[in-house]
Amino acid sequence: MNEIWDWAYTWEILPILARASLVTIQATILGFILAATLGLVFAILRMSQSPWISLPVAGFVEFIRSTPLLIQIFFIFFVFPEFGIVLSALTAGILALGLHYGTYCSEVYRAGLANIPRGQWEASTALNLSGYHTFKDVIIPQAIPPVVPALGNYLVALFKETPLLSAIAVLELMQTAKILGSETFRYTEPITLVGIFFLVFSLVTAALLRQVEGWLKRRGGG
Amino acid sequence: MRETNGSAGEAMPMVRFDHVTKAYGSLTVLNALNLDVAHGEKVAIIGPSGSGKTTVLRMLMTLERINDGVIYVEGEPLTHMERGGKLVPANQRHLRRLRGKIGMVFQHFNLFPHMNALKNCVEAPVTVLKMPRREAEERATELLEMVGLGDKLGHYPSQLSGGQQQRVAIARALAMRPKIMLFDEVTSALDPELVGEVLNVIRKLGAEHDLTMLMVTHQMGFAKEFADRVCFFYAGKIAEEGPPEEIFANPKNERTQQFLSAVLEAT
Amino acid sequence: MPLRSLVVSVILAFTAGLVVASFAGFREFLPGLLQGALVTIQITVGGSVLAVIAAFIAAIGKMYGPWPVRWLAVGYIEVFRGTSALVQLFWLFFVLPHFGILLEPLTVAILALGLNVGAYGAEVVRGAIQSVAKGQWEAATALNMGRLTALRRIIIPQAFVRMIPPWGNLFIELLKATALVSLITISDLAFKAQQINQTTFRTVEIFTIVLVFYLAIASLITVAMRALEERAAAGISRGRS
Ligand SMILES: Nc1ncnc2c1ncn2[C@@H]1O[C@H](COP(=O)(O)OP(=O)(O)OP(=O)(O)O)[C@@H](O)[C@H]1O
Ligand SMILES: [Mg+2]
Repeated sequence: MNEIWDWAYTWEILPILARASLVTIQATILGFILAATLGLVFAILRMSQSPWISLPVAGFVEFIRSTPLLIQIFFIFFVFPEFGIVLSALTAGILALGLHYGTYCSEVYRAGLANIPRGQWEASTALNLSGYHTFKDVIIPQAIPPVVPALGNYLVALFKETPLLSAIAVLELMQTAKILGSETFRYTEPITLVGIFFLVFSLVTAALLRQVEGWLKRRGGG
Repeated sequence: MRETNGSAGEAMPMVRFDHVTKAYGSLTVLNALNLDVAHGEKVAIIGPSGSGKTTVLRMLMTLERINDGVIYVEGEPLTHMERGGKLVPANQRHLRRLRGKIGMVFQHFNLFPHMNALKNCVEAPVTVLKMPRREAEERATELLEMVGLGDKLGHYPSQLSGGQQQRVAIARALAMRPKIMLFDEVTSALDPELVGEVLNVIRKLGAEHDLTMLMVTHQMGFAKEFADRVCFFYAGKIAEEGPPEEIFANPKNERTQQFLSAVLEAT
Repeated sequence: MPLRSLVVSVILAFTAGLVVASFAGFREFLPGLLQGALVTIQITVGGSVLAVIAAFIAAIGKMYGPWPVRWLAVGYIEVFRGTSALVQLFWLFFVLPHFGILLEPLTVAILALGLNVGAYGAEVVRGAIQSVAKGQWEAATALNMGRLTALRRIIIPQAFVRMIPPWGNLFIELLKATALVSLITISDLAFKAQQINQTTFRTVEIFTIVLVFYLAIASLITVAMRALEERAAAGISRGRS
């Protein structure tokens, strides 16, 4: 009990944590899909000519960005049922992650959209393209590739915030580690293993992102 | 009323600027401009930098709102629409319907960099005119052949020279079957040896197509040979206009004389 | 634009606050929430101070230190950026006692959040230092200044202005991360919110009020950092003329 690191215990809990990591990965992927989509919607709405649309959206984005994700998770998990919408803890957590990081992604998209030369908009107008086709066929395909690395950084950031779902008892990595710790009174191994998992995943993703970035640069130059 | 006038055809000019004013803040760029362009007419617009030449084309393309006056296309108000006998500012639907009659070629090409030459010319006919893709591709191929780029269909803008890019841009505008074509200094961004190939395409257009053309240009030789009429802009107004022979050989306005002698000296 | 959206969001939040204020129990719970807010602010300030110190040491260690220092700095930055804040908090809270190190929860909170944000801050500091023109280094060397003197007297004062906006963002990230400390039994704003929620079940009102509280503190940070930026920029341009 007093040794610094218990290998037998480590091997015992590793498979349990591995299974829990699937929930973490699921929350990450679904949360990020939601974030990337919502972010684009926010970014486009903020470009609206009408201040009745753009300003409230800007305010909402600023509001979500300035307040803690944890409270937003609680809000969605506890408040929605009051309006008759009962969500599973995992769904509530994914919604909160998606919403929170959606506001971050919207800033990334905004930067991408701002970099499109005015001539592209004007050529689209001169060709009589509708607003929808201007966005879908001309602007978005040019605006997205350069911001993929920045979006990727938020994917990693979102991933690192999934342990917050343990606060509403989603059985992801952190919650599983805590339960294991409370059962055996040994927290060292489970929490350290969770830390190592995050570290490895982050480093690998960061390396992959650098590859993607290099590839995009080469493609842009050629 | 105007509708019937318009359909009367010959009587109504293709384009009419009726006391059009445009200001950016306190800077008045166009000052109660009047300009009629007849069906099939080729008008060259010349004048010193900042005199409002580009602005005229941009307003006709509805890239820019006007502050006062009305622009008509084929007798129909472009910037406005009739509501209960009065003219009110045009809504998006009206603009999109009338914009279909106008095409524009830009100084800096503004090709879509993520689409190859063919796709650049197919995109709008398919999505706006709802043309079947096959037909749009056939027509685009014909147009690209017409501008001498039949062998470059799959090339992306970054793989083309400036002159080639500008010819794709001309084909792209033509693919929308406009009645009016606007050219804004389309050779200014090109190396001198590439100017000729673009001008040749415009010559060909003038000869083979029934197009009304407005072109802003610094190529005085081309304006002289190609245009039916030359308008000299100065400080947001037409200071002098007339057939090219007259304007170039015998300018009456002092500003025109100064401008032409300065330009001719430089070349 | 950020200032304008800030104003709009404050107005939005204020409206939400008004709606919520009609909630009768609000008066009763305000003292509790204010206590929580005080703890939140305490941790934010303490964490920010630690973050700035850690960031400068790590950045300078990584850029100019001898190799053991460099590796230490890189290790710190990568580990704290690569794992998540909650994992770090739990690790310090649950695992350190196992090694015989017993800390107050508040100390753990400030330590974990400060070190976490400090790791991100290190990259901000490094970027700002690197953005100072190379000529400035060369001029300092030509005047026979030592490396540390040049850094302290020439380079960092110029990099400082550029660091302020990203640090503003980091302080807000830190403020947001303080909510995590409620999970290690510290009664901050988030903790109080849950506590009151469990006794009153006025979920909508309580969490809305608490979100508005956080927004108010965040706005305070934004305004303060902007003022600092203006003063620093004025200082530099005064120095130049
Ligand atoms: N978006 C804008 N905002 C403010 N001023 C503008 C804008 N666009 C044009 N202007 C001003 O309007 C005036 C006319 O511009 P315009 O582009 O029509 O000139 P031009 O005759 O085409 O000149 P050039 O030969 O240099 O192209 C100029 O003084 C210009 O500075
Ligand atoms: Mg011009």
